[in-house]
Amino acid sequence: MPDQPAGAERGAGSLLRLLSQYGISAALIFELLLFSQLSPYFFTAENLLNVTLQVSITAIIAVGMTFVILTSGIDLSVGAIVAMSGVLTTSLMKMQAPLPVVFLLAGTAGILLGALSGWFAGICITKLNITPFIVTMSLMTIWRGAAFLVTDGRPIWELPHEFSLLGSGRIGPVPFPSVVMIVIYVTAFVVLTRTAFGRYVYAAGGNREAARLSGIRTDRIIISAYIISGALAAVSGILLASRMNSGQPNAGLMYELDVIAAVVVGGTSLFGGRGSIVGTFLGAMLIGILRNGLNLLNVSSYLQMIVLGVVILLAVMLDQIKTRK
Amino acid sequence: MNGPLLRMSGIRKQYPGVLALVDVAFELQAGEVHCLLGENGAGKSTLMKILSGALPKDAGSIVIDGKECAIASPADARREGIGMIYQDFKLIPDLSIAENVLLGREPRRGRTPFIDFPRLHESARAILSQLGEETPTTTMVRRLSSAQQQMVEIAKAFSNNVRILAMDEPSAALTEKERNNLFSVIRRLKSEGVGIIYVSHRLEEIFEIGDRLTVLRDGAVIHTCSVGEADRRSLVRWMVGRELENEYPKAELRRGEEILRLESVSTGFVRGVTLSLHKGEILGMAGLVGAGRSELARAIFGADRLDGGKIVFEGREIRPRSPRDAIDMGIGLLTEDRNQFGLIMDMGVRENITLANLREVAGKFFIRPALEENVAARFIGDLRIKTPSSTQAVEHLSGGNRQKVVLARWLFTRSRLLIFDEPTAGIDVGVKYEIYNLINRLAENGIGVIVISSDLPELLGICDRIAVLWEGKLTGILERSGATQEAVMTLATGGSPEAHA
Repeated sequence: MPDQPAGAERGAGSLLRLLSQYGISAALIFELLLFSQLSPYFFTAENLLNVTLQVSITAIIAVGMTFVILTSGIDLSVGAIVAMSGVLTTSLMKMQAPLPVVFLLAGTAGILLGALSGWFAGICITKLNITPFIVTMSLMTIWRGAAFLVTDGRPIWELPHEFSLLGSGRIGPVPFPSVVMIVIYVTAFVVLTRTAFGRYVYAAGGNREAARLSGIRTDRIIISAYIISGALAAVSGILLASRMNSGQPNAGLMYELDVIAAVVVGGTSLFGGRGSIVGTFLGAMLIGILRNGLNLLNVSSYLQMIVLGVVILLAVMLDQIKTRK
Repeated sequence: MNGPLLRMSGIRKQYPGVLALVDVAFELQAGEVHCLLGENGAGKSTLMKILSGALPKDAGSIVIDGKECAIASPADARREGIGMIYQDFKLIPDLSIAENVLLGREPRRGRTPFIDFPRLHESARAILSQLGEETPTTTMVRRLSSAQQQMVEIAKAFSNNVRILAMDEPSAALTEKERNNLFSVIRRLKSEGVGIIYVSHRLEEIFEIGDRLTVLRDGAVIHTCSVGEADRRSLVRWMVGRELENEYPKAELRRGEEILRLESVSTGFVRGVTLSLHKGEILGMAGLVGAGRSELARAIFGADRLDGGKIVFEGREIRPRSPRDAIDMGIGLLTEDRNQFGLIMDMGVRENITLANLREVAGKFFIRPALEENVAARFIGDLRIKTPSSTQAVEHLSGGNRQKVVLARWLFTRSRLLIFDEPTAGIDVGVKYEIYNLINRLAENGIGVIVISSDLPELLGICDRIAVLWEGKLTGILERSGATQEAVMTLATGGSPEAHA
């Protein structure tokens, strides 16, 4: 079952078994085969690495969103946090100080902003009992507005050129953002399946009151989930700013929808308590590969939207049918 | 007699990992009350759900009035004249009584999509007055008592053509008087030729209302006979599959030192409760629903705020601010309604068992799967939890096994004080017996045990002393030797304690 909370799988040999638990792997393989047939450029190392680069920004946010959705919440503020953290970090780059110091301060400030936003959302949701949808929707417009306000609607340019290495540099053949993404996914997988905190995230989402009466400090768990989501959105925001070599107030527009789509296609239940990080990864890849393949085939962006919608629906239907059995 | 009104045969249903029904045959005559008995997980509810179209069957046939019926949905069942009253109410709290009663079959204004509200209320009123329920039909269901909701639920199952009415534990939430009312309704329906399937755990009721009975065990029919041919002892034997010596086993306990003392404790509407509990003692807590028993338990457990008074545990005054605090101090609470407040349904048996004490199976950072599995396997064996594996999601377990999982969780925290809130509600005789034995074993091992229960014979059977609450106040504490149903009920309804001193 894809909703096994503590899928205790061990070793590389069971990787295949792990993947086969997810209905969506079949869809992913189908997609890979299809595009390989249709485009000679698709199944090349260069293009596939490129896919991981394109996917990395939203895929990193999707990790935080998985935590939040597992607690039966939702975080609509992630796209706006991408913009605000990018703007904050890039504007701090103008500081007069040695470059490493500038980078450290600017980066920390950006991530801290995301984390604080998540903390605030978590407090409103747990202590004031406001629904996550409303809290994070408000934060979405607040941060989007703030990003436009501080930049006066204009992008922040003329950044130290070393900054762009973050988004466009490579470690060996692998793009740096892809490496960051993989590290974050592996960490999140371990946290969710092997630690007490991860177990409590599932418990708090599956039955909050029962979890509390079992001695779990559910408020803390839920607040932590939003902090993780905010901080990871900020990490993505900084990577994106680096790739664009500028702080754009309209960056990350509508990302929340892409991210939620990846999580849901990956089999995580919007009701909380069921889902997995492996599923989210596969979901993000499915959507990323689809975009890439359709681009290679020169499909119009209007048609792409429709195809994407259909594929999301199909993937979720497949998962439903599989779990019902 | 004519042919049967209903004949189900060869009914088979498979759940993941469990064969819920195996070739079940069941018959119902017109004007008959046919009781369906069995332990939890025996397949009663599954059989009823198949009859009412809520679940598809894997094999078998349903014949009504000699005609084979394919029932694929609740709407099909209704068309065939089958009414179903579920154990847990399926009412919509923010709709009126009338809207709930006629949900899905509202009268329309002619052929328009608009609901004809005057007619809606009129029809609902007509059905309800047949049942002796006169509350205005515009009242929101949220405001009704459980008994009134039960009546709405029955009214809902009603329609002009109802011929078969299935009731799954209809009396669970009712008082004596309300139950008598329900029985008179059942008798009238009978006289009108309706066939009634009555599912209950309360054996007394079967002798009172039933004509015939069928016992299910492990998904198969064990016995069918007329009620006159059965007695309590044989019923229990058919259900459990073995002879039970005594419904309420009681161990001789040695009363040790005091473990818990409440000094004029107030919380919510509970006012000034003073009592004490000793090691190796089982203290019962009786009272009507809403007397404040669960509230008191939640305050001791740190789940609700303590408004005044002192809690002294093992000689030290404590003030737990959260369940976590209480657990760390050595207190455990098995909540009432384990499904809503006790279990994480999506999680496995193993994860539910270790939930309150995860640190014991974890290293510095990581949970150790092998260690956790050992713990789970030990409790599954010790408590004889029936599950295909330790990773089975608890939602697939029966009520009794779910309760054992909750119990395992608290045993694993090594609590020195355990509060059981309605530990056997909705659990059948065989598993009840096991749970009483476990409670005895805990007390023998020097653990302080408080049992809150609405089942009086149970409290009288297993407790050393019984504290009685009424409207948030302690009205008396009865010793085992002097406790009778009448004495407890007098105190529980606010009667004078002197009368039974």
